[in-house]
This record gives sequence, structure tokens and C-alpha cells, in this order.
Amino acid sequence: MCLKVDHIHKTHHRKLTVAEDISFVVEKGELGALLGPSGCGKTTLLRMIAGFDTPDRGTIAINGKTVFDRRTNVCPEKRGTGMVFQDYALFPHLTVMENIAFGPAPKNRKDLHQLIGITGLSGSENRYPHELSGGQQQRVALARALAPRPALLLMDEPFSNLDISLRESLSEEVRCILNEFSTTGLLVTHNQHEAFAMADKIGVMKHGKLCQWDCAEHLYYHPATEDVAGFIGEGSFIRAQVCPSGGLVTPVGRLEPGHPVMTHHADTPAVFIRPEDVVLDPQSDCRPLLVKSHFRGPGRRHIFELASGEQIVCTDHSRIPLEPGNRYGISINKRRNNHENNILCTV
Amino acid sequence: MISSIKFQGGFIVSSGIAVITLSPVLFILASGMNADPEIWSHLKQYVLPGLLKNTAVLVAGVVSVTAALGVSLAWLTSFYEFWGRRLFEKWLIFPLAIPTYVMAFIYTGLLDYSGPVQTAVREYAPELAGLFPEIRSGGGAVMVISLAIFPYVFLMASSGFRSMGRSMIEASQSMGGGRMFTLFRVTLPMARPWIFGGLILVFMETLADFGAVSVFNYDTFTTGIYKAWYGLFSVNAAAQLASILVVMVLVIFAAESWLRRKQRFFNRGGHQPVSRKRLNGTGHFLASAFCSTVLLVSFVIPAVQLLIWTAKAFAVEFGAHYIRLVANTFFLGLMGTAVTLAVAVSLSYSARRRADLKTGIASKLSLSGYALPGTVLAVGIVHVVAWLDSRVNGTMDLLGIQLPGALLQGSLILLPLCYMIRFLTVGYNPVYSHMTRLTPSIDEAARLMKVTGAALISKIHLPLIRRGLVTGGILVLVEIFKEMPVTLMLRPFGWDTLAVKIFELTSEGEWERAALPAVTLVLAGMIPVGFLTFIGRNKRQHVPEG
Repeated sequence: MCLKVDHIHKTHHRKLTVAEDISFVVEKGELGALLGPSGCGKTTLLRMIAGFDTPDRGTIAINGKTVFDRRTNVCPEKRGTGMVFQDYALFPHLTVMENIAFGPAPKNRKDLHQLIGITGLSGSENRYPHELSGGQQQRVALARALAPRPALLLMDEPFSNLDISLRESLSEEVRCILNEFSTTGLLVTHNQHEAFAMADKIGVMKHGKLCQWDCAEHLYYHPATEDVAGFIGEGSFIRAQVCPSGGLVTPVGRLEPGHPVMTHHADTPAVFIRPEDVVLDPQSDCRPLLVKSHFRGPGRRHIFELASGEQIVCTDHSRIPLEPGNRYGISINKRRNNHENNILCTV
Repeated sequence: MISSIKFQGGFIVSSGIAVITLSPVLFILASGMNADPEIWSHLKQYVLPGLLKNTAVLVAGVVSVTAALGVSLAWLTSFYEFWGRRLFEKWLIFPLAIPTYVMAFIYTGLLDYSGPVQTAVREYAPELAGLFPEIRSGGGAVMVISLAIFPYVFLMASSGFRSMGRSMIEASQSMGGGRMFTLFRVTLPMARPWIFGGLILVFMETLADFGAVSVFNYDTFTTGIYKAWYGLFSVNAAAQLASILVVMVLVIFAAESWLRRKQRFFNRGGHQPVSRKRLNGTGHFLASAFCSTVLLVSFVIPAVQLLIWTAKAFAVEFGAHYIRLVANTFFLGLMGTAVTLAVAVSLSYSARRRADLKTGIASKLSLSGYALPGTVLAVGIVHVVAWLDSRVNGTMDLLGIQLPGALLQGSLILLPLCYMIRFLTVGYNPVYSHMTRLTPSIDEAARLMKVTGAALISKIHLPLIRRGLVTGGILVLVEIFKEMPVTLMLRPFGWDTLAVKIFELTSEGEWERAALPAVTLVLAGMIPVGFLTFIGRNKRQHVPEG
């Protein structure tokens, strides 16, 4: 394994918990992502791995070597990590080449030129950071972090300063570059698409807790908690009742037994339903009021209000326009339901 | 009304002010080129070599000492946590409240042969008495001026260190850079434009210093100009010396403008602040001890000594004479401040609408007077005035009207004009920064509500820039209080100010008697320094002193 984080805990000023007993592993050559809203503690976790912040307790090992535990605390410059900063932190007094060659260890000229070629910076070697565009600065930051051949590459919101189209193309490119170097990496982001597009494993964080560490598909289809379900993709929580015979009764219809029951903290059981699993069904007994309907290009997004007052979202790919204010029949896509267990139950 | 002055109006105002500011320099350069060969050869043979050497030693010494003090103090207080760090951060600026000439006479009084320190040494350790270096020397002048103005470098270096934020330092660490490697390869090079900016201010102050070097009897260009003026009674000799000084200032001024452009690229605000590292053990003790020593020597000891002397001499010195000095100082100060603010406001209006290049250049030239040493300014303005007087008299002669001779020479109008030229930047910066809040859309909104002309100015403009006027006014007033050479050389008979009195008393070695006026000036000087410490810490401000 390449990065092992074990029971890391940190509180700020003995009050605010920024990391609560966090454990995960990134295997060699994999790219992990920490995903969560701002203030969830993901950047602090990254900084603790880099050595810029100190955990209260726990263990961090990079490439099998313990860099932090009760007795050890290796300083950042000796941890063998590279880092891409959110603001890139390019040295403004040095050229692109000098930025990339920075550091006390001498670097091989040929390697550097190869790196510059791979990151698409050929021709800009002698320019200064302020002469480059945002995307190019991003490339320099990446090349600079890769130049010392780090055992682990850390990236703190690396694309957040770029506009959307550039962000998407660059994130794919970065993924390819990392594969080429077979670098192990850890990415911090609040953007779900970025995490899904780049990472092999994603950890969803909230209030200093790591809710789930899993691959993208599992996060989407098997969210471990309400927080994960709510943060990844879209969906609606609908109250349900447990049948004596097993299974759940919801206003949208009955769900067969066999769905995993995930958490037990809620007083009233609820199901979490993805919009793509709600289908228009004229035969259904459930005929809620259509509140809003938006055209979304590939399909329409309808919001219904159930008798209980709860809202449920449905994406519909037929081209039939619906009139808000009318009632339509809906049901849960049974076919997918049986196979995919895409419903989170909280009892 | 004023708000409807367009573009061309802006250029006319700013270029008019630029002409006033630049005319002394141009006249001096012209007279330097038309040098009287006899005077010139005398100067070249007997005066120049000494002045050049002394000025070079002084400037090089002060620049190196202030660089060492300012940068090391800024580095410690920006990146490390130790006992008293917050206190040092605030109070290490306070030496700026003590004018260099006050610092000079305090230390001369303390350390010369008859002073308390040497007397004590002779009494208790006579074998050491001979080892005492002479305070009235190049080394003494370097030390004393450095103690008074190192805060310029300290302030600028601190804001340089702070502006880079923590991620640059962390980036260096993440690439394997240790503490010293990071300091010399990232931290210092990135703060270089700020440090150089501070050093240039120091350079200008030292080159312009008149009061401190005259206390030490250490002849530099400024005292040379003064002596040529009074000793040789030769305005031409003074002008020729001044023209050499002007050339030096021009070089520095160009360097400064270039550096400021460079700062922009380096300043990339909005970072996370640097987290200070806690020092422990010896390092902690050394950092606190170093900062305490500097604060003690540069502010506490001079202040205490000044208060002791004041207490001793108060009964004799405080009286009608002192009140008259204060009244003179205030009167000249208020006149100068009024003129300066009026010009600052007109210049701000002209620069308000995003003007064209020529207006920009004209405003920049208008503000360049702060780089002009007071002695040069005085000599220059006398040349300008003499020329104007002769023109006016010539015209009047043609018309058959007989005038009493010099109209402007020796009149009270010259001083406020000179103060304006010298301290316009000080008043302009706060006024202009408030003026930028007056966006054109505010005028347009007012116009749609039928508020125009004088009503627009009194109801909208004045309230919005009032704070800027007050701040600028206080800063300019205090600068004029402390100003020495211009007042000394141009004041009409009987117009002694506090600074002039200090010059007269200290040239006779009357330290105790000079203490009361000096304390008054230091207290006034605390006002803008307090501003800087507790309010405008991050703003870059010029606080040049006479």
C-alpha cells in the first residue's frame, strides 16, 4: 500500500473537531479523492498527510514508512510528498523551468524536459508565472510537484480556480499524466464530477468525519449514510412504513424486502430515491401534484408534491411536456430496483 | 461644477501642479550647468571630495544597518512566536515619531565626553575611558539615523513577508526545501521588492537629512548647501552643490518607480496567513532579547532621557517664549496644510476619472516632491522666486512703475508653497483613496435626482472624502512641525519654529534646553505613527520627515 491513514484525530482549540477518527488506504498507483463541502475538514486532512498540520493522534504511513505516530513526526520536506496548491503557489521570482527545477536535490535536465513536454509546457520554459494563463499555471504547478518523483502526490482543490470547460479537459489530462508516471495521489475537491472523473476511490467527508471510502459506483448506488446520499447526486427522502411481512410501504408504492437497511438513528424510516428511478406511470395509484417542470435538454425534471407534503424529483426522458398544477401517476422503477439496490433505507 | 471638469481640465490642473513642483529642480539643474567656473573650481578642490566621501559613508552605513535591523526584526515577528511578539510588532514602529535630529542630540548628550555615560565610566572604570569611540563621527551619525528610520524597512519587509502567505513556504517545503533553503531561495527573494522599497525610503531620508548631521558636525551635501548659502553667501555655490544632489535623487527616484511596478506581480493577496512557528529554548530567549534591545535603544532610552531633561529644564523653558514658538509652528503648519490639502483635492479630482497617459504622468510628477531634500528645495525655490521678481520688476519698469524690489523673496508665502511641494504625497494618498469611492455612477445618480454643482460637492463629495481630508491633514501637519531645513532657510525674520529652535540650541550644545521643544515634536509625531500602527498597518504610506 502507498498511503495508509489510521485513526487520525484532530480538534482545533479543543472545541471544533476537524478530523474524527479517520482511516483509509490508497493503494500504489491509485488516485484517491476527498470529497465534501467546504469546511468539512478535507483540506486539513490533506495538510496533516503533507506534514503542515499535526494530528492529535493516529498514524500516517507513506510507502510503508511511518511518517506520523505517537513518537514520530517527520517534517514536510522529508516525507517524499509532492503538492499542488489551490492557489498553485508558483514562485513569482522564478521562471517556469526554475520553478520546476526548484529544491535542494539536483534534477536531471533530460527528465525535466520530458516532464515539460508531457505537461504541455514546451516553449514556456523561460516565462514567468504571471505571464501564463490560469490553465498553464496549473500545469506548471503539477509539473513542479511531480519533478522530485514523489511517492505520493497531494492536490488541494487543483482545478477550483479554472473555468468549467478548462476544468473538465484538464482534469482528464491530469489523470492521464498521473497514469503515465504511475503516481499515487490524493485529491481534495468539493466538486463531485471532478472526483468521479479522476479518482479510483473517493472518501465523502462531513463535519470532520469520513462517511464512506469507496469507489464512485458504490458511493452512488450504496451510500452508507444519509449525508453521502444527499451529497452525491440528487434524490429525495420519502418517509416509509415497515410492513409486518417485510418490505416497506411508501406513498409511491411498496418496496420488496431485501434492500439493505443502513442506519438506525432515525425515528421514522425513510427511503432515498434517485430522480432517474422515478418513472411516469399512468397506471399508478400514486398521483401527486406536479409543482414544477423544467426542460433540461436531455430530458425534463419534474418536481411532485406528495400528499404528505414531501417533494419527489423525477427525470423523464420522453419528450412529452407536462402541465404544472395537474396530477400525474408515478411509480418507482421496479426493474432497476431489484437488481441494483439503489434505495437507501433508514429505519 | 468641478465634477464636470473633463479630461482636458484634469490635465491642465495636474500639469500646472507638476510645473510648480518641478520648477525648483529645473532651476537648480540649469544653474548647475551654467556653473561659475571660479566657484566651481573652488568647490571641486576644497569642498566636494569631503562631502562626497561623507555622504557616501553615511548613506552606505545607514542603508546597511537599517537593512540588517529592519529585515531581521520583520522576519522574526512575521514567522515566529515568542514572548512579546505582538508588542514588538506594534512598538518597533514608534522610533519614527522621533525626528532624526532629536535622536541625534539625545545620543550626543548621552554619550559625548561630558555626558552621563562617559562620566560614569571615568568614575568607576577609568581604564576603559580611553576606549570610548567619538559619538560625533560618521559611525555615530550612521547609528543614530539608523535607529530613527529603520522602521521603514521593518514595516515594508513585514508587509512583504505577510503578502506571500503560507502556501509559498509550504510549496518550498513540499519540494524538500529545509528552513534555511526556504529562507534564502523563497522568502527573501520574494520580499525583495518590498525590502528595496523600504531601503529606498531610507536612502532618500538619509540623503535629505540635515538636522542630525548638523548636530554631529558631520558635513554632507545638505549641510554643505546650507553652509555655502550662509557661510559663503553664495546662492550659486549652493545651487551647484544642490544640482549634484538632485542627480543622485533622480537616479533613486527612477529605481523606486521601477520597483513599485515589480511589486504588483509579486503581490498575490488573498492567501492564508503564515502560521507562526513557536520558538523554544535559546532561540526564544535570543529573539525576545534582540527585539527588546532594539526597542530599548531606539525608543525607550531616548524617550526617557528626553523626559528627564524636560523635567529639569521645564521651569525655565516653559513660558511666553515657548508658547510663541508653538504658535508659530502651528500657524505655519496650518497654512502649509491648507495649501497642501487644496492642491491634493484638485489633483485627486483631476485623477478621478480614469484619465489618459499624460494626465497620469503629470500627477506622478506633481507628487515627486517628497524625494527632494529640503535644502535643495529651499535653494531651488529662491532661484525661481528671484527670476519671477526680476521679470515682474522688468515689466513694471517698462510700464514706468517703481517697485520696492523683491516682492516674493523673504515673504511668508514661500514656506507653505515649499511644504506643499515636499509633503503633497503625504496628503494626497489618503484623500485620493477616499476619492476612489466616489465612482462616476454616484455623480450620475445624484444628477438624476437633480443634485448638481455646489450641492453635489457639499452633500455627497465632502462627506465621503472627509475622513481622507482629516487623515491627510494630520499627517501633513505633523510633517511640517518636524520639518527643519526649509523652515530654517526660508523663514522671514522672527518666525522661529520648534524645529528651528532645536537647531539653534543644539548647535550650541544646549541639550537640556532643547528637550522641551523636542518632546512637543515627538508627541505630535506619535499621532501619525499611532495611525500607522493601529489603523492603517497594511496600507503603504510615505511618512518622510524633514
